Amino acid sequence: MENQFFVDSEYLSPAALEKKHRLETDPSCRKSHMEYLPGMEQIQSDICEQVMGQVRAYDYGQYTERDVRAALEHETCSIEDFKALLSPAAEPFLEKMAQRARLETSRHFGNTVYLFTPLYIANYCENYCVYCGFNCYNHIHRMKLTMEQIEREMEVIANSGMEEILILTGESRSMSSVEYIGEACKLARKYFRMVGLEIYPVNTDEYRYLHQCGADYVTVFQETYDTDKYEQLHLMGHKRVWPYRFDAQERALMGGMRGVAFSALLGLSDFRKDALASALHVYYLQRKYPYAEMSLSCPRLRPIINNDKINPLDVHERQLCQILCAYRIFLPFVGITVSSRESAAFRNGIVKICATKVSAGVSTGIGDHERKYSGKESEGAEGDEQFEIDDSRSLDRMYQDMAGEGLQPVLNDYLYV
Amino acid sequence: MNQDKLIIGGHEFTSRFILGSGKYSLNLIEAAVKDAGAEIITLAVRRANTKEKENILDFIPKGVTLLPNTSGARNAEEAVRIARLARELGCGDFVKIEIMRDSKYLLPDNYETIKATEILAKEGFVVMPYMYPDLNVARDLVNAGAAAVMPLASPIGSNKGLATRDFIQILIDEIDLPIIVDAGIGRPSQACEAMEMGAAAIMANTALATAGNLSMMAAAFRQAIEAGRKAYLSGLGRVLTRGAAASDPLTGFLRD
Repeated sequence: MENQFFVDSEYLSPAALEKKHRLETDPSCRKSHMEYLPGMEQIQSDICEQVMGQVRAYDYGQYTERDVRAALEHETCSIEDFKALLSPAAEPFLEKMAQRARLETSRHFGNTVYLFTPLYIANYCENYCVYCGFNCYNHIHRMKLTMEQIEREMEVIANSGMEEILILTGESRSMSSVEYIGEACKLARKYFRMVGLEIYPVNTDEYRYLHQCGADYVTVFQETYDTDKYEQLHLMGHKRVWPYRFDAQERALMGGMRGVAFSALLGLSDFRKDALASALHVYYLQRKYPYAEMSLSCPRLRPIINNDKINPLDVHERQLCQILCAYRIFLPFVGITVSSRESAAFRNGIVKICATKVSAGVSTGIGDHERKYSGKESEGAEGDEQFEIDDSRSLDRMYQDMAGEGLQPVLNDYLYV
Repeated sequence: MNQDKLIIGGHEFTSRFILGSGKYSLNLIEAAVKDAGAEIITLAVRRANTKEKENILDFIPKGVTLLPNTSGARNAEEAVRIARLARELGCGDFVKIEIMRDSKYLLPDNYETIKATEILAKEGFVVMPYMYPDLNVARDLVNAGAAAVMPLASPIGSNKGLATRDFIQILIDEIDLPIIVDAGIGRPSQACEAMEMGAAAIMANTALATAGNLSMMAAAFRQAIEAGRKAYLSGLGRVLTRGAAASDPLTGFLRD
């Protein structure tokens, strides 16, 4: 296992340190990652079986140049075609894939690009996910915004012109309860047209409650679909339960959400298999819930506070571009979001090929929008960030840059009905 | 030709090109309207649901009839709510009903569309339902109070042209309301063909949005639509589908 992830903090008590080391070195002391914990809803769904059956059988070394050429010639991209496009054999065809992807994007989305910003309202976390800056053993400034602070943050963001917001928390039910998040959604409805959530997975009735509070999109990253690797990276906490996380999007749709977003964190495991799994997760769920709106993200690993060695391994920009083009060709109708983890140059380029949404004015810290947006010294405390971002462009700058690329930036294309 | 008006819900139009607005740069809308000679422009209410910065409504030239659409609606109830919101936003009484329960192909839900048409027509809207070309549904839409019927030519954004040609022809032949071909028209020649068949108007968006030169493509569509309309009005001549016609009459052997 990659020791690049393990960092001991001098602030941990000897007992905490001992537990941490035991979790890291002794698999037998960890809870089963495939068993539901009390309170976790179990739905009857065959989606996981369909996705994982395909992923297990995927041997990308088998695909040849001929398969890739055939895939690019087919009008409709089949699952087999998609597998060829994700394979190493497709790498020399990147430019051709980009051209095809661009055509599909323009057919479905015309010349538009959507803008949004994330808002972290709390960074408390009860999980030990070894690559994440919020993990419970990482010594960072923890914070949970009060409703007054949340409203102030929202005012600052709304004043910048932003109309779509994605509310995020660390994964701590005890510190950031569903009700707390629901109240934040109600506030967000006052300031924004579109409210999305990226929080810990919850049960169907809780998604229904959050939808009633004003949220309509739910993003859950599976991180990796490789269950063995998942077990080694998510050592403790609710997040450790892989199947509960897998079914989160389906529960969200059952709870009345309009749309759901998916992703693997590329670089954690075999990125080709994880990309296949992410896209098939969308594909099969869309067949079951054809009215739902779906989108894919493509985050790569980034350095975190106290550990700058974390990197996306073998997923370089060319590989990322290949994955995104393959996503677009296979799923022409889905949104593709590229976050500020990527550079400005990459994002400027990829929106002309296949991405349809980018974030702007991003902070992954807590309560620091006023300082970051206005340059004013902060009056209160701030919570530390989840990971380092690369592209720090403001909304205005992003708007101008996207228009400069010949695209029409769209701040809202949504109604809460 | 000057007397040849398109009449929808008692309103007269000279142009038979309805323009979409949602997929290209806002500052190109005015030029597109001008070059297309369009008098009606569609507008997604959800796109207009925005704050002061670059609201699409501000870019639509005065004097053009707004045709707000209900995109984003998944059932009749949501479509009705969006239509009412359009009226509140000052978009007038026209509404194009779009109800999709399918995010992949964006195919319209005919059943829900009939329900929404009935409710909105009673509320005084000029209802223009987007539909899959089915004769029975078209008749139901007429009875529900639609002002026009808008069958799709092929999946939206596909630029595949008249994939449903024969079924649209049936609507043109059997329905007394204007049949406006919507979705899937990718080339001026396809628009021309639909007009030759007797369609009352053409609606296009992606074909223009994805063109190299939007203004020039708008003008090309305008000309194609006018040509098709003239051909239809003049009465199409004999069209030979295969081989030549016999020069001697086939029935020449008959003696009395």
